[in-house]
Amino acid sequence: MVVLSEVDKDLTTKFYKTMVKIRTFEKNIERLSLEGEIPGFVHLYIGEEAIATGVCANLTKKDYIESTHRGHGHTIAKGADINRMMAEIFGRETGFCKGKGGSMHIADFSIGMLGANGVVGGGYNLAVGAALAIKYQGRKDVSVVFFGDGASNRGTFHEAANFASIFKLPVIFVCENNKWASTTPYRTTTSVENIADRAVGYNMPGVIVDGNDVFKVYKVAQEAIERARHGGGPTLIEAKTYRIKGHFVGDPEKYRTKEEVQEQFEKNDPIKNFKKEALDKGLMTREEMDEINEKTQKSLVEAIKFAKDSPFPDPSELYEDLYV
Amino acid sequence: MRKISFSEATREAMEEEMSKDDKIFVMGEDIARQGGIFGQFRGLPQKFGFERVKDTPISETAIIGTAIGAALAGMRPVADMHFADFMGVAMDEFFNQMAKIRYMFGGQCKLPLVVRAPDGLSIQGAAQHSQSIEAWFMHIPGLKVVIPSNPADAKGLLKAALRDDNPVIYFENKMLYPQKGPVPEGEYITEIGKAKVVREGKDVTLVSYSIKMQQALEVADILAKEGIDVEVIDLITISPIDKETILNSVKKTNRFAVLHEAVKQGGVGAELSAIVAEEALDYLDAPIVRIGAPFTPIPFSPTLENNYRINTEDVANKIRGMF
Repeated sequence: MVVLSEVDKDLTTKFYKTMVKIRTFEKNIERLSLEGEIPGFVHLYIGEEAIATGVCANLTKKDYIESTHRGHGHTIAKGADINRMMAEIFGRETGFCKGKGGSMHIADFSIGMLGANGVVGGGYNLAVGAALAIKYQGRKDVSVVFFGDGASNRGTFHEAANFASIFKLPVIFVCENNKWASTTPYRTTTSVENIADRAVGYNMPGVIVDGNDVFKVYKVAQEAIERARHGGGPTLIEAKTYRIKGHFVGDPEKYRTKEEVQEQFEKNDPIKNFKKEALDKGLMTREEMDEINEKTQKSLVEAIKFAKDSPFPDPSELYEDLYV
Repeated sequence: MRKISFSEATREAMEEEMSKDDKIFVMGEDIARQGGIFGQFRGLPQKFGFERVKDTPISETAIIGTAIGAALAGMRPVADMHFADFMGVAMDEFFNQMAKIRYMFGGQCKLPLVVRAPDGLSIQGAAQHSQSIEAWFMHIPGLKVVIPSNPADAKGLLKAALRDDNPVIYFENKMLYPQKGPVPEGEYITEIGKAKVVREGKDVTLVSYSIKMQQALEVADILAKEGIDVEVIDLITISPIDKETILNSVKKTNRFAVLHEAVKQGGVGAELSAIVAEEALDYLDAPIVRIGAPFTPIPFSPTLENNYRINTEDVANKIRGMF
């Protein structure tokens, strides 16, 4: 259990800002997608905000993250500009990837965000490789890979975990166990109750944390990251959460009841719980929170305007960037 | 000129480039303590240490995936695949990650890495240790694919690959390793993306690459005695294709044949033939000839493997049939 006084006020405010930014971003994306304004598939991070926020609060721009198809939250938490993210999701030339990636392929190399990945479980080995580079270069930075419970059944997880462990690489495996692998419930496809149990097989610490509590996630990640920075090798963190939204926007969600989702959200909404705790402990005031909410919504209006005002890439851009 | 083996030539390329650029490291199965199963890395760990010449677990997915990650983070990795046949294990890393990362992220990053892949028939290696799979990779935008046929190009091409800022798949035929050939002293590279006319001729263009270049030249000798003057082109780079060299030759000779050890169906020869048909059909005086392996897995038993192999007389006959 984390004692709140260990987390200072600035950090508390930062947590709130980041989580609200992610939530507001995603709610706008959901609306725009349903309204047909955004082409392609989008996967929302709503309900899982505490994980990216708590983990990335421990990182600098020199540290790396590898993200997933459900990657907007990681990208925002790592510090990416939401205007350029929005433009990318709208397929515009001002997007991070000049409109070539879209929602599932956002990257911002300038802040160590090495990319979302459309292939489930595609990021592990890339993150481990970045950690290998860090080691060769004698740096104290770390590499973090986010993944879901479903992705932990990919062979890539097991090869990456073994590889990271034998070479003691500075990589943190952050499993966001949101109980759903696309449309399939967790325990019907996964051999263990806790993904963290799999760490034993790779001789690394495996830690379970309440993924809906940003303070706890922060603390657990801090310990793992500090260990990695000082040559202690990899850690597997399992953050337990719940996927509030469908697999993608527009998912009819026939595989679960509305009541189940509602119950989970009421009990475990990371932002609601955070608010209560921060207000109770006097770490933030309601006015401060309201101000943040308002500013964030404004910044989203601006981001959407920026995206919509941006031109689509010139058709000739199709042939650019294939080779250096 | 001095003669060294194909294997030594690749080792020289690695040694020279690793001495100049400390971002280069190499990893793979059995490459450090053993020096590579074909001895192609022997001596490198002693010179550069067991960190820069790194034995990995038997995890092809991790080898390729971590090479990509390390390249993104500023290194210039070389990944050895043990046998080209095992590339299939890491196929997602090749075609969904390596080939696309630069493009789908809008050119934000470079991906300087080399994958070394020993391929081809050896002595009864059978179905899973003998294949030539270069055609798979020419179907993937974003990769460069090279395949030397002799020690001099083995060195020059590997050096070029190690300096390239794009991912390069470097196929090296297992049976070529011990073969010696002239290799210049001093600094040179073999340009990626450029085919070479290695024997000039006026009657028919025969394009080949890798170990089959030897058979192509042998056939050219045989046919020369019969009055057929064969122009032999070493393709050297599978992707991007040097269309110009091939089309220029076809426009001169008016006949086109292609020879490779890989399966004929869907092979490199199919693509080259299509290019010739699309862009130089009017120049052709005879139907295109494609020579490749039968559409079967590679069998074990010597009698079966021999029947699978493309023999010189068959190649000569097919080209004779063009006249």
